[in-house]
Amino acid sequence: MADLSVSAASPTGQSQTGKIALRWSLYTLLCLFALFYLLPLFVMLTTSLKSLDEIRTGDLISLPREVTFDAWRTAWSGACTGIQCEGVRPYFWNSVLIAIPGVAISTLLGAMNGYVVAQWRFRGANIIFSLMLFGCFIPFQVVLLPMARVLGMMGIAGTIPGLIFVHVIYGLGFTTLFFRNYYVSIPADLTKAAKVDGAGFFRIFWSIFLPLSLPIIVVTVIWQFTQIWNDFLFGVSFSQAGTQPVTVALNNIVNSTTGVKEYNVDMAAAIIAALPTLFVYVVAGKYFVRGLTAGSVKG
Amino acid sequence: MANILKIEHLFKNYGSVEILKDINVEIEQGDFLVLVGPSGCGKSTLLNCIAGLEPITGGSLHIGGQDMTAVSPKDRDIAMVFQSYALYPTMTVAKNITFGMKVRGVDQATQDKKLAHVAQQLQIENLLKRKPGQLSGGQRQRVAMGRALVRDPKLFLFDEPLSNLDAKLRVEMRTEIKQLHQRLGASMVYVTHDQIEAMTLATKIVVMKGGVIQQIGTPAEIYNRPANLFVADFMGSPAMNLIPAKARANGSGTDIQIAQDRGDPIVLTDTKNRDLPEDVILGVRPEDIGDAAMRSGAHMQEAECLIDIVEPAGADTYAVMQLGGKHVTARLHSETNAAPGNAQRLAFDLGKVSYFAPDTGLRLN
Repeated sequence: MADLSVSAASPTGQSQTGKIALRWSLYTLLCLFALFYLLPLFVMLTTSLKSLDEIRTGDLISLPREVTFDAWRTAWSGACTGIQCEGVRPYFWNSVLIAIPGVAISTLLGAMNGYVVAQWRFRGANIIFSLMLFGCFIPFQVVLLPMARVLGMMGIAGTIPGLIFVHVIYGLGFTTLFFRNYYVSIPADLTKAAKVDGAGFFRIFWSIFLPLSLPIIVVTVIWQFTQIWNDFLFGVSFSQAGTQPVTVALNNIVNSTTGVKEYNVDMAAAIIAALPTLFVYVVAGKYFVRGLTAGSVKG
Repeated sequence: MANILKIEHLFKNYGSVEILKDINVEIEQGDFLVLVGPSGCGKSTLLNCIAGLEPITGGSLHIGGQDMTAVSPKDRDIAMVFQSYALYPTMTVAKNITFGMKVRGVDQATQDKKLAHVAQQLQIENLLKRKPGQLSGGQRQRVAMGRALVRDPKLFLFDEPLSNLDAKLRVEMRTEIKQLHQRLGASMVYVTHDQIEAMTLATKIVVMKGGVIQQIGTPAEIYNRPANLFVADFMGSPAMNLIPAKARANGSGTDIQIAQDRGDPIVLTDTKNRDLPEDVILGVRPEDIGDAAMRSGAHMQEAECLIDIVEPAGADTYAVMQLGGKHVTARLHSETNAAPGNAQRLAFDLGKVSYFAPDTGLRLN
């Protein structure tokens, strides 16, 4: 950085103007990209606020002439998903019921696993960790059939606990990886000191490691919440009528309507389905980058 | 008094690698035992074994007369101070110090009383509400000591506690630890790679190398009568001069002949030691070689030596010469007239020298 500022302060006016021009063209380019990426969201938002007539006659990217929330109301509580017409509301709550315990359990277990693998080294710890890591790279599709059998044998097929179970199992590889990499940078002396102080396995975890873990907990929660909330494949495979998550309901709303396509309702439903992840990012986003790099950089 | 710590035939292996070999150490109540040696000699591992943080492969370990070989760290009645301080980062200083008592279910009133006592003892009362991240290195060190002191254990363990401090603070804390030891009369085991720290603090020193104890003794014994070449070379700064020499019996004593690069060999007559083999290594501390004019004594032997380098160091001046093919350092008075290239008449105190066998490295006298 010091070098840069020295060269920027060079006395020749020519290079100074060149620098400003470069900076402005950079900003312009970045703004163009930002606009490009924001365009779909803009279209979704404006379309959801238009009436069907306006959509049919108007322009795709024009602002709504008359703002109406009818489409949102319909999407929330009136749109038809196949034969039922209750909107996304019941499915939204299904997703909440799946995502919150799923995130909480997989994060807690991941923290515990990471703590053991990083701080309570035992023979074969590396092999077990490698196997868990391997679990991160197994495609969803591969586990569908075996998982269906396991859920059937456990008697939780098609239920919300069944879906929570699937997401916890599938998320463990990632959550363990996150916590392990975070805890491995914590000096082993800390555990030793606590052992001499008389604390046991769980005491050390609760009193010393968990309070240290806020950044990595945030990362894990964002990651797991996004994964679980946005999941479609497990949701559609392991649910039945009444336990489907919002992603499946959204698909049903869009694909099972007959006659006129209600684009505004589809868009509103899609935004509703995406809002919680957006919310989590906005609230916890600043910890995200911080936490991702926390394991690698000391201090 | 009873042994506070007794280690018998302790072995420690990591897989097939032997880290500690047949360690036997005993200390008594009030002893300050320092484990010293180069890095990788197993001294920290031994400390961890004493703490119970590393299981031992063989042998036994008694603390306060009780067999602690297989007892977990929390039940050994020990406290430990770590090199990295190992303070709990999310807790305040007060919580750090009382954590151990809290875990053991000590009631709040006792906790507060002990905390106040220790904080006053270490002068950290004004830091109690801070987090470790807001403390300087020296302050963290104090808090770490406070955490150990508050336990009032049978045995204190220190794992290179001063090596993260800067030179000045290290000397201050060293003095403070020594004062603490004298005031409390507590038993301590202290690991360091710094031989000066070992000399200043210990009542008993264990010199280790490659997982084997080289010598156990008081600082004076270790310094004056090193058991082998390793100990002779490791303890003391500047290091002991180790000069290859020839010994020849001579009626009342032994003639020690040392080759000089330039000039005639010098011959010193040792009237104290006899029956030395022909080839020996003469160990002589720099302070036992001085200006002939200023030294006298029963075992003083004078010789003319060619000085190569003169290094004034304030209180003393070190003169370096070549004897027996080695650099030999003499500690001269600061106002010496020794000059590089000149011959200087030096006195060797043969009453304090050590002789070692060149092949085994063991002490001969």
